[in-house]
Amino acid sequence: MSSLVVKRSVLLAKLIKHVNSEAKRLSSHFVYFPDNGKPVEGETTKMNMMQAINNAMDLTLRSDPTAVVFGEDVAFGGVFRCALGLQEKYGKDRVFNTPLCEQGIAGFGIGLATAGATAIAEIQFADYIFPAFDQLVNEAAKARYRSGGQFPCGALTVRTPCGAVGHGGLYHSQSPEAFFAHVPGLKVVVPRGPTAAKGLLLSCIREKDPCIFLEPKILYRSATEDVPVEDYTLPLGKAQVLREGDAATLVAWGTQVHVLLEVAQKAHDELGVSCEVIDLQSILPWDEETVCNSVKKTGRCLIAHEAPLTSGFGAEVAATVQEECFLHLEAPIGRVTGWDAPFPHVFEPFYLPTVSRCYDELRRLLQY
Amino acid sequence: MALHSGVSFVRLNGFRHLARLLSTHRKPNIVQNEKNADFPGAKAPYVTEIKFLNESSYDPIPIYRVLDNNGEVIDNNEEPNIDRDTLLNMYKSMIQLSQMDKILYESQRQGRISFYMTNYGEEGIHVGSAAALSPKDLVFAQYREVGVFLFRGYTVTELVNQCYGNCEDPGKGKQMPVHYGSKQHNIVTISSPLATQMPQAVGAAYALKRIPNNDRCVICYFGEGAASEGDAHAAFNFAATLDCPVIMLCRNNGYAISTPTGEQYRGDGIASRGPALGLNTVRVDGTDPLAVYNAVTRARELVLGTNKPVLIEAMSYRVGHHSTSDDSSAYRPLEEIDKWTKDESPIQKFRLYLEQKGLWNEEADKAWAKECRNTVVRTMQDAEKKKLPHWKEMLEDVYYDMPPRIQKQIQQMEDHLKKYQEHYPLNRYQSE
Repeated sequence: MSSLVVKRSVLLAKLIKHVNSEAKRLSSHFVYFPDNGKPVEGETTKMNMMQAINNAMDLTLRSDPTAVVFGEDVAFGGVFRCALGLQEKYGKDRVFNTPLCEQGIAGFGIGLATAGATAIAEIQFADYIFPAFDQLVNEAAKARYRSGGQFPCGALTVRTPCGAVGHGGLYHSQSPEAFFAHVPGLKVVVPRGPTAAKGLLLSCIREKDPCIFLEPKILYRSATEDVPVEDYTLPLGKAQVLREGDAATLVAWGTQVHVLLEVAQKAHDELGVSCEVIDLQSILPWDEETVCNSVKKTGRCLIAHEAPLTSGFGAEVAATVQEECFLHLEAPIGRVTGWDAPFPHVFEPFYLPTVSRCYDELRRLLQY
Repeated sequence: MALHSGVSFVRLNGFRHLARLLSTHRKPNIVQNEKNADFPGAKAPYVTEIKFLNESSYDPIPIYRVLDNNGEVIDNNEEPNIDRDTLLNMYKSMIQLSQMDKILYESQRQGRISFYMTNYGEEGIHVGSAAALSPKDLVFAQYREVGVFLFRGYTVTELVNQCYGNCEDPGKGKQMPVHYGSKQHNIVTISSPLATQMPQAVGAAYALKRIPNNDRCVICYFGEGAASEGDAHAAFNFAATLDCPVIMLCRNNGYAISTPTGEQYRGDGIASRGPALGLNTVRVDGTDPLAVYNAVTRARELVLGTNKPVLIEAMSYRVGHHSTSDDSSAYRPLEEIDKWTKDESPIQKFRLYLEQKGLWNEEADKAWAKECRNTVVRTMQDAEKKKLPHWKEMLEDVYYDMPPRIQKQIQQMEDHLKKYQEHYPLNRYQSE
């Protein structure tokens, strides 16, 4: 009898150990650093990023009668719940499902914008934006230019969840920002959390150019902070310095900002150095000035992103920093990114530019 | 308003009746019971016999025509009531277009413009449809619809300026020739990627529908080749499921560059796809401007009365080469072209019709053709004298506001030109 109890407790202990190690394997690769500073004074409320995005669309639908929200499964609130409650509030002609066809969604959105409506299109995952690549690259981006300003489609915003989520595999994890960064005429924006998401999304919606708003899906529920209740916008094309320092400049966007904030903290605790952390926020056009001024001060630059290395947006940032800050650089520019492979399922912990990979690269730069 | 919707209802019923008469759908042989099955995906009865359906399961969709080859009205009930000025404007636009095509085609051969595409054989589709629309209706075109521009009052001068890309081109010389666009005339600027305009037209129609008391619809032109693009499928399906007041008008001219329709599709043309996706559909003789006029008039009433889309397939023949970069004798017999030039010319049919009505004669025809030629030649001479836009225009209108990086690139080019200007054709461009 007693041996059975022992056996049971051993089994239980094994089970707990197993669950723990499983949990470790599946735990997210970053710690969320909430925003401290608020972009506007006034009342705030706790929101996760999904709620902040919902709030931005709610404010838009309320104030702009031409605005419509559409995509696959947005009517019932969207698979990530970002459009939750909007159809009940604003009606079926303003928040609606489309057929399952991304090129149609993008083209339809361009047409809405051409005819004077505010179009907020959702592509269910950024991995599925490629069927709409032609509409976005050849049409939306070039509409103003080719018509001599007669038929712009600046009232189009395409929202799409992007980035690693722990178990998304090849087609629920991609970060396609670099594909679009090569397209004059588009604006590409990635927020790092709820406060930034609300302000940047409202800017994208009101911007006179077509915008692609990439939402790191892992932050939808995991990122929570006090977000201003009122309507506010954050400037596009502007980076934000989140942590000041003089030892090195760390540049990232989206979820990766939090990885680098942790790296900076670790470098402070273990190496006694202070690093400057910059959230780029806008990929196109991007804020060269803020990044280059920082690198001129620190002399070192590390760029990190989840997307693959080769021709990733880090390459553009690195080339520009090298060109603008050549005489200030004390070490080669470091890039820590996803590997040049499709985004894998079970190998995700090894694929991502983790805190330890970034920290290791930072140490190398500091010792160079 | 009540009267208006009553009239539309009557017209709608007439259309439905016509659709039923034209419908060739055959019921399955064995119907077990009249009640439909409960699957959410289709409302259909069960049968106990396997029967595959294919393109020959249905009769082909017939081609609606009003005029015969001699310009005579076949069924007097179908003759539209178009006023004299409009009829003349339609005809004159067709002649102006074909004269412009002739001269600009030659001028490309002489290297005076870089590229051109003619409209031979399809002029009737342009003017027939344009006359049936309100000038406020928004047009999305492919590239072979210049008659719509001319009918709406866009001038030869404006068209020619675009082909030359000179400083008076509203597109600022950025696009290839024949990529026209006019905000003032509600014609969205043309782009080269095929069929991309189709889902856009649907989206625009959705936006118009949401405007209170909307009285505007959207028409979207495309060729039968473009209809093979994924965007065409997207457009048909979105238009139907989202109830958009859009007329999708296909110019089926038999060829997509060198590819004959037999290699483009195996079904009954483009029209047969309409009912399959839930669009009211009709096929018309595109060499008959009056048939096109009637179809678009009814379609317009229908889309505005119901917010449901219409598909029109206008059958025609591409008489000219695909473009100045194409020699169509490499893939089709000359006799074929001949037949369509002689017997089924939309211009000839329409002229005979106007002559029978006493609105036109040979003398007027010669005089107008001459005037058209002169207009084009004079306009080209003017267009050639005009400077090209300032080179800085190259970096304008990429965005609403110019980002710092583009400002920097303007500066770089300016510095470069200061040093190396002799290597650039600056004298052809406007200076500051």
